Amino acid sequence: MRVLVVEDDEKTADYMVKGLSEAGHVVDRAGDGHEGLFLASEGAYDAIVLDRMLPKLDGLGVLQALRAAKVETPVLILSALAQVDDRVAGLRAGGDDYLTKPFAFSELMARLEVLVRRSNAPAVETRLTVGDLEMDLLARRVTRAGRGIDLQPREFRLLEYLMRHAGQTVTRTMLLEAVWDYHFDPQTNVIDVHISRLRQKIDKGFERPLLHTVRGAGYALRADA
Amino acid sequence: MQTHRLSSSGTFRFALLYALLFGLAALLLFGGLYWSTAALIERQVADTVAAELRALSDRYRSEGMSGLQLAIEQRSAAGADPESVYLLADAGLQPLAGNLRNWPEEAVPDGSWVQLQLYRRDQEGGPVLVGARAFHLPNGSRLLVGRDMEARRHFQTTLLRNLAITLGLTLVIGLAGGFLVSRRLLRRVDAVTETSRRIMDGDLTQRVPLDRSGDELDRLAESLNRMLERIEALMNGMRLVTDSLAHDLRSPLTRLKGRIELTLLGPDDPEAYRQALEQALAEIDIIQSTFNALLAIAEAESGASRTRLEALALDEMVTDVAELYSPVVEEAGLTLEVGTLEPVHVMGHRQLLAQALANLIDNAVKYAGDGGRVELALACTDGQAELTVRDHGPGIPEEARQRVLERFVRLDAARSLPGSGLGLSLVAAVARLHGSDLRLEAAEPGLRVCWTFPLAPS
Repeated sequence: MRVLVVEDDEKTADYMVKGLSEAGHVVDRAGDGHEGLFLASEGAYDAIVLDRMLPKLDGLGVLQALRAAKVETPVLILSALAQVDDRVAGLRAGGDDYLTKPFAFSELMARLEVLVRRSNAPAVETRLTVGDLEMDLLARRVTRAGRGIDLQPREFRLLEYLMRHAGQTVTRTMLLEAVWDYHFDPQTNVIDVHISRLRQKIDKGFERPLLHTVRGAGYALRADA
Repeated sequence: MQTHRLSSSGTFRFALLYALLFGLAALLLFGGLYWSTAALIERQVADTVAAELRALSDRYRSEGMSGLQLAIEQRSAAGADPESVYLLADAGLQPLAGNLRNWPEEAVPDGSWVQLQLYRRDQEGGPVLVGARAFHLPNGSRLLVGRDMEARRHFQTTLLRNLAITLGLTLVIGLAGGFLVSRRLLRRVDAVTETSRRIMDGDLTQRVPLDRSGDELDRLAESLNRMLERIEALMNGMRLVTDSLAHDLRSPLTRLKGRIELTLLGPDDPEAYRQALEQALAEIDIIQSTFNALLAIAEAESGASRTRLEALALDEMVTDVAELYSPVVEEAGLTLEVGTLEPVHVMGHRQLLAQALANLIDNAVKYAGDGGRVELALACTDGQAELTVRDHGPGIPEEARQRVLERFVRLDAARSLPGSGLGLSLVAAVARLHGSDLRLEAAEPGLRVCWTFPLAPS
């Protein structure tokens, strides 16, 4: 995918550009708000990583200008401002996701992929399938290889999120945000425990596991090995 | 009050304005009094003269010229009313009767009211002021009837002088009063100025003195003091955050630095490097989570989030967090028992409240001991929502309960367990943000955390 990185800190920008390029993406970079807005306005990117504090025009300003010009490219806001209210302001201005510095590159990557995939996904789905695992969103029923799996409501939402992002790595914070709508640092392995319970229900007794742990990053649900 | 400030001083200008207004009011009052008195006196004189004239013209009609002359002689004789003035003169203006020396030239005999300076026959000295009317009689002679106004003029002069003295006194009193009142007021303003100057010089503990009178200035001073308290609290909070950052980030940073330096000094071994980097990452994660906890505390304490408090169903939030944490609790070999949760709404910050409750559960799990229970309940009593989190662990000794709510306080028993010592202080900060009351109680066995919230207005 084509990604635009708007970041004024050289080192951070180098690090992101290097990581994204190594992962096989095409990356452009801009060092200030004006340049960022200029490049982004062409609309040729699949995603934009936008720092909040930029010289000349700040990140939220760039974002508002883009949205006003009907450029709907998914934007991930990077910020050193970690307060809940800052986050709300970022999302209100038209951001699609918000990541606080310092961040792990795997977290950035995972979020970008989810953003890009989401903007391409069909709007309404009633049935999700990953390998022999099926989810009927209308009947709220899950089966694997035709066998019914009993899930608690929250487990259902967790699995739904994983299935919608099948093949992608999702991080623990992404799950906490998307499934529980909490944005704090839980300081314990809460998500891991929920995942291991879900794993018990969907993978136990089957030869090929679907729910994989991605070391140092998070989890991925996928049918291939 | 120094002299060089006199003209620019509010006191001086206020006093002057006060005295001017006071004087103007007195001038209007006294002026009015004087003029109405003067008018009254003149009208009384005219009325008396008119009555005399009526009596004399009756006499003339009934007894003719001689009767009139006799009456005038009687009335102007010694012992009669000394203020009455009469003159009856013949056509040649020669006096026939009365107490005036001669017919005044200014007295036109047309019956109009005139004020004249006349010489009285029965008195020595200069002319006296007389108010009078003069007439032609049918036989060509002339009659003048008047009143000596000298005594009245004297009274008026005295009145005027007394009024002037009173006015002068009023001005002095006004000036002095204005000076005293304004000095009292402005001295209090000066006290505020002085306090704010001392605060600007860096002493944030200064407060504006109150005089407990409850007047406008007192109320101003009071709200200034409240503002200063808030600022001081914020400044202290800020100082605590920086102190805390220094306190808790220095040691992990030192460890991190040491580890990296040691690795660089060691053999050129990729496996050793990898290991060192992984350890460094883990160390950074710890630093980051401490940092996040501190920022969350700062956010709660700054009060800036207060604007984002919204009515939320506390029972639903408790269910949510309990559901999120129950697997963790069970993993630790404990059970999380959610008791009765009465439906209540409070004004709350969802994220911070959830994080605080998570910290309480986390804390209970850490210290509950093996096989214990962690109990959650929510009750609505006396217009308050009471959230309780209870564990069956060793509890916290009474003397330490307040202390654990402070930052970085970890009781000795807890030093071996992981944690930053920030969990409960975040809870305490969130409790303050919500204007709620947080109490730690002994539950025999265990610790009970009682957290009472005011209900959201419905």
